[in-house]
Formats: sequence, structure tokens, C-alpha cells
Amino acid sequence: MSENFIRFQKVTKDYGTVRVVEDLDLDIARGEFVSLLGPSGSGKTTLLMMLAGFESVSGGAIVLDGQKINDLPTHKRDMGVVFQNYALFPHMTVAKNVAFPLEMRGTAKAEVASRVQKALDMVQLGHLSDRLPGQLSGGQQQRVALARALVFEPRVVLMDEPLGALDKQLREQMQLDIRDLHHRLGLTIIFVTHDQDEALTMSDRIAVFNHGQIQQCASPREVYDHPSNRFVAEFIGETNLLEGTVSAVSGETLSLTLPGGTVFQSHGLAGFRPGDKGLLSLRPERIDIYATAPEGVNCLTGEVTDTVYQGDHLRIVIETAAGRIIARINRKAAEWANGAKVTLGFRAQDGWVIAP
Amino acid sequence: MTASSRFRSPGVRALILIAPLLVFLGLFFVWPLVTVISQAVSDPAVSRVLPQTAAAIDDWDGEGVPAPEIQAAFRADIVANTDEQAMGDVTRRLNSSKSGFRSLMGKTVSAVRETPDIDLAEVDKRWADPVFWKAIQDNASPYTDAFLLASLDMERDSSGSVAAMKEGTSANFTILMRTLWTSALVTLCCLVIGLPYAMIAASVSGWKRAVLLGAVLLPLWTSLLVRTAAWMIILQDNGIINQSLMGIGVISEPLVLIYNRFGVVLAMTHVLLPFMVLPIYSVLITVPGNLMSAAASLGAHPVRAFLRVLLPLSLRGVISGALLVFMASIGYYITPALLGGAADQMISSVIADYSIKSANWSMAAAIGLILLVLTLALYAVYNRLSRDPVQAR
Ligand SMILES: Nc1ncnc2c1ncn2[C@@H]1O[C@H](COP(=O)(O)OP(=O)(O)O)[C@@H](O)[C@H]1O
Ligand SMILES: [Mg+2]
Repeated sequence: MSENFIRFQKVTKDYGTVRVVEDLDLDIARGEFVSLLGPSGSGKTTLLMMLAGFESVSGGAIVLDGQKINDLPTHKRDMGVVFQNYALFPHMTVAKNVAFPLEMRGTAKAEVASRVQKALDMVQLGHLSDRLPGQLSGGQQQRVALARALVFEPRVVLMDEPLGALDKQLREQMQLDIRDLHHRLGLTIIFVTHDQDEALTMSDRIAVFNHGQIQQCASPREVYDHPSNRFVAEFIGETNLLEGTVSAVSGETLSLTLPGGTVFQSHGLAGFRPGDKGLLSLRPERIDIYATAPEGVNCLTGEVTDTVYQGDHLRIVIETAAGRIIARINRKAAEWANGAKVTLGFRAQDGWVIAP
Repeated sequence: MTASSRFRSPGVRALILIAPLLVFLGLFFVWPLVTVISQAVSDPAVSRVLPQTAAAIDDWDGEGVPAPEIQAAFRADIVANTDEQAMGDVTRRLNSSKSGFRSLMGKTVSAVRETPDIDLAEVDKRWADPVFWKAIQDNASPYTDAFLLASLDMERDSSGSVAAMKEGTSANFTILMRTLWTSALVTLCCLVIGLPYAMIAASVSGWKRAVLLGAVLLPLWTSLLVRTAAWMIILQDNGIINQSLMGIGVISEPLVLIYNRFGVVLAMTHVLLPFMVLPIYSVLITVPGNLMSAAASLGAHPVRAFLRVLLPLSLRGVISGALLVFMASIGYYITPALLGGAADQMISSVIADYSIKSANWSMAAAIGLILLVLTLALYAVYNRLSRDPVQAR
């Protein structure tokens, strides 16, 4: 597996005076599944369009397999693109659509037929090859688009919110299908989404976007457990944020003093020095609730103000001296009534301190 | 059943609601059309003056001299007729089928008037020749294809079979062919300009699109006469084009841009361009914008992407546009009349000549009918081609 198969080097995109992608660096390895995750308008599509060659690059370089491709026309880039609206050719049958990229490459007729059949079988649509796209359901059209983008074995597959238009059940099925194809075919996939669950489920790495910049690019676990800043911590999953001052640093453990005087031991970003302001990100499911505080965990007392039954867990809102904290408790634990006085606790490795 | 309960049935109510429309259509569309068609194929000259003969001679087998009853009917018709001019028409008509009728009829009419039951063969021995009776039989029908044939420069020869008219006697067919050719030329020009224009208009947005569409629509909102006159001003020998070309020294003599085919095609293309651009545009804006991007990403060179994706998808609009322009072209009158030379006149001007100058309504109607048939045939083609848009590839 060659590292840095695709490299974005200080890539910038301006629309008029508006800068929608700014000095963006990103390296993607061959065979990797990278999701671009971010709120709408954060520049994900723009980055993908620049990689595909639909949009020009305003500054910086895009390098593919050691070759700078800024000025390479789209049809020579050899990238399979799956669009959100499928972009199937309405006047061609499913088979013709899938054969299109092969015909453009001058593949022999017999080989085209067998490869089209294989690609359609791969997405379980072999029996619909004579239909027109208009006669297929949304999910089927999306699978045709997928087959069309994969049939010519492109160097990279780009997908721009390909599942956005599908209903939840179909979307989850397609997520698994795409992930499975990725593993089986060893594809390099760049996948744009604004759905964090989708990104967490499918990706090797997630690049979190905001305002045209990558906030963090790491494995789903890393992005979730160890966000690099407040935006990432808040954008992915739910979190409690407690502001304080770093009072001591020993190894990877920081001591954070909250305004009320409570001191927490927590892991956190490197580079903190005593006296720095710090922000503790505490995932609700990492919080335990005790009747009496045990040894060796960070403790905080408070009063339950709300309990919401959510099937597989309870969501409990606790008012503490450090502010309102939300905890997510396995429902096998005792059910906490409103007004109950509780002690909540978490281990140092379950907290994460970031810059405020 | 009472009237009110009858009106309550939905079918009847619907019929009452559209009745004004049906009356309008009948009065201003169907009736004139029927009139024109019947005018084009009816030839009452002989059957009106010789009604009894026409009825009697209908099933004569053409062998030998007709039966005495037919001859008696002929004599009776001659006696009954009071309209000398109508009889003159009949004589002329019969004479054009068989020469010799002029003298024969003159002789016969005065003889029969004197002696109503005279034996015709005695008046003139030509009445013993079946050929003359045959001419009467041929012309006796109130219907004729002579006008339709004449509008295509054809006629029936003495044996009754269709043949081309003598060269130089009529130019209808030539003008019809010229009309089709000019229309084809105009259609082609509209296509060559209109297709890229519509594609550009559909691919831009905002004010650019508004300006592009406005530029096409503007001519539609201007009177045809005004636009044609404007072209006359632009194209004439001391018009803008010739003056500026001479001004910059490209030419020393003014180019002949008007009163020839060039002027006609140019002005008609300008006038009819919207009918090409709008159908293509309306088809193209329904095409998702990223199909061309998709084609490029799949390895299609822009030219191939155009040929394989955009062109087939715009074909339905192209067909509608081409037929609209062509159908409108073949009926054009004012523009060729004002901007063309004598050799550029189209079939409509022939219709106008027949109806205004020589008051030959039958010929005018016959040529009009030919145009109508042509248009209907094109419409049938259009219907067939545009029926299944998806298969239009
Ligand atoms: N063609 C364009 N012209 C001007 N601004 C654009 C254009 N395309 C996108 N933008 C702007 O660029 C920003 C990023 O857009 P986009 O990449 O589509 O975001 P995302 O895909 O993350 O939702 C948005 O603010 C959008 O308004
Ligand atoms: Mg987007």
C-alpha cells in the first residue's frame, strides 16, 4: 500500500472573493476509505469537484500517484464519481449506462458485455440490465450509478453524499454494501457525507470539515474519543463541555480545576501547560452514576432534573456545581427519579481536554 | 326525463361547456377547410349547365353512339339553358378536352334551339363519333382532379391518364419544389444557429439566460412586417452592411444582399429562429446539469460526451423545432415577397396570385390543399418521432 496516493497540498478554492477551501492539506493512501464530514456549505463537495476535475484549483496542488493533476482534464483522470442525484443517462438502458465508461476506453465488445454483467451482478441488478433508469427505484438507480463508477476499475472512487436521497433502511443497507465492496476490491474511496453515523460506520479515516478547512483527520475512534478541538467534539456525537484551568500536567494526564474548585484528572491534547485554559469534553456514555463515590475516579455531585427513557438507554440530565451534565446510562442500572441526589464519576481516560 | 335531470349527467354538462369551443372550431376552422377542399376538387361548369346529360351519360359504356335517351337529355339541357356565358364555359371546357367542340357546339346549340328533337348526327356527323361523347362524359362529373393535377403541373391527356404538362406552360411544381428547398434551407440555418444557442442558454443562469432568451423572444413580439422591413433597410445596396463593408474597404461595389435567395433565407431564419430555440431549450433545461460532468468522469472527451449524451437528449427538441420551422416556412408569403426576387417567390405567392389577380379560386384552393396535405404528413412524422422521447436515440 503506497502512502500518499492522493495529496492535497495547500489547496485553495475561491469563488470570486469568497474563499470556500483554504490552504487544505490532506494525504490519502491507496486503498483507503476516507470520509469528508462536515456541515453543509463547509466545502466538501468543492474539494471533491476539484479532485474530479469539474472545478479548477485556485491555489496549491493536487497530486495523484506522484503526478500533479491540477490541469489534467476530467476525462483523463480515471476517477469514478457517484453523484447524489445519480446522474444516470436517461436515454440509455442500465446496461448501456454501465458500458459507457468501457466504450469510452475502447474496450472490446465481448469484454464490455461480460464486465457490464459482472458489475451489475455485483450490485445485484443483473436482471434489470434492459431497463431505463427512469423505470428503477432510487436505491436501484444508486446501485447502477455505483456499478457504472466501478466497472472501469478507476484509480479512485469519489462519492458525493450518494445515499442522501435514500430512506434510512436502504441507506444502512447501501452503507454495508459499499463498505463490503471497498474491502473486496481494495478500492480507494473518498466519500462525502454530512451524516456522522455514516462516516463513523464506513471510514478508515474521517476528515472533519468546517469553513473550508480540515479540523481533524483521523480514524473514527480517534475523532470520536480524542477530538482535536471544540468544533469536532461538538459536531461528532454528543458531549458535555466543562471549562476550567489546567493546574498540573503529568504525562498524558492533566489536572483541570473547574470554577467551583473541583479538580478533575483527565487525558487531553498534548501541549497544555499549567495555567492554560482548558475545556473538558465528556461523552455522556462515559459517565457513571453512583450512590456513593468510589476511589480513583473523578466525582461530582448533583441533582437529577430530567430522565428520558430511550429504549436501550436512559438519558439523565444532572444539575451540578459545574453546570448541567447529560449522562447516558445503561437502563439495567437503577432508574433515577427526578430530584434524586447523585454522584457522577468518570475515569481520567474517559475525559478529553481540548483548548476552549 | 326532465331537462334538468339530463343536464345533471356529467357527459352532457361537459358537452354544453365546450359547445362554444366546438361551434367556434366548426365555424372558423372546419367549415373554411371543407370549403377549400371542395373548391379544390369541384368542377360544376358542365354538370350545372347539362344536369340531365350528366346524369344520363354517367353509366354509358363508351362504345358506339350513346343511346337515344342520352342524346334526348343533351338536347333537353340545351333547350333549358338560358345562361349564354355558362354555355360558353362548357364549350371552352369541352374544347380543351377535344378540339373541334367550339364549332360543333355553336352549330348544335342553334340547331337544337330551332328544332328541339332534331337528330344530332344530322346536325353534324361528328356526333356519330364516340370521342366527342366521351369528352362530355369526362367533364360531366361535378368533381375533378384537374386543379390538383394542375397545381403539380400535371393534367389528363386525351386518353384520360395523368401526364406532365408541356414544359413552360406552368411553374407550380417548380415553385413548390423551390418552397420546400427554401424551407429546408431555413430549417437548416435555424438548426445550425439555434441548437448551440439553446445549449448555451440552457447552460448559463441568471441574467445571462434572461438576456439570451429575451434576444430570441423579442422578434416574436415584433410584427413580421416590421422585422422584414428592418431587413430591407439593413440589406439594401446603401444599407448598413454594404456601407460599413465599403467604409472599411473590403468591397468597392455593394454586395447584392436583397431581392435574392440570400435575403429571403436570412430574414426567414431570423423570424423563425425562436421556433427552433424554444423547443430545444425546453428539452435541455430538463436534463440534469451534471450529466456532462458524469460523462467526463467516465472518460468521455467533451466532443464524445456531447455526441453521446447531450445531443441525443436534445433530439426531441430538435425534431419539434425543425418541424415547426419547416411547417411555418412552407407557408411564408410576406418575407419572400418583400425580400426575394422573381425567382425566389414561394408557393403562397402563387396562391395569392390565383386568388387576388385571376380570381381562380379552384386553383388557389387546390394549391392550398397540397400545402395542407404536406403539413399534415409532416405532422404525422413529428408525432411518430416524438411519441416515445426515451427511445428517440
Ligand atoms: N459555483 C459556486 N459559486 C459560488 N459559490 C459556490 C459555488 N459552489 C459552491 N459555492 C459555495 O462554496 C461553499 C462550499 O460549498 P460546498 O462545497 O458545496 O459545500 P458542502 O458540499 O460541504 O455542503 C458554500 O458556501 C457554497 O455556497
Ligand atoms: Mg455538498
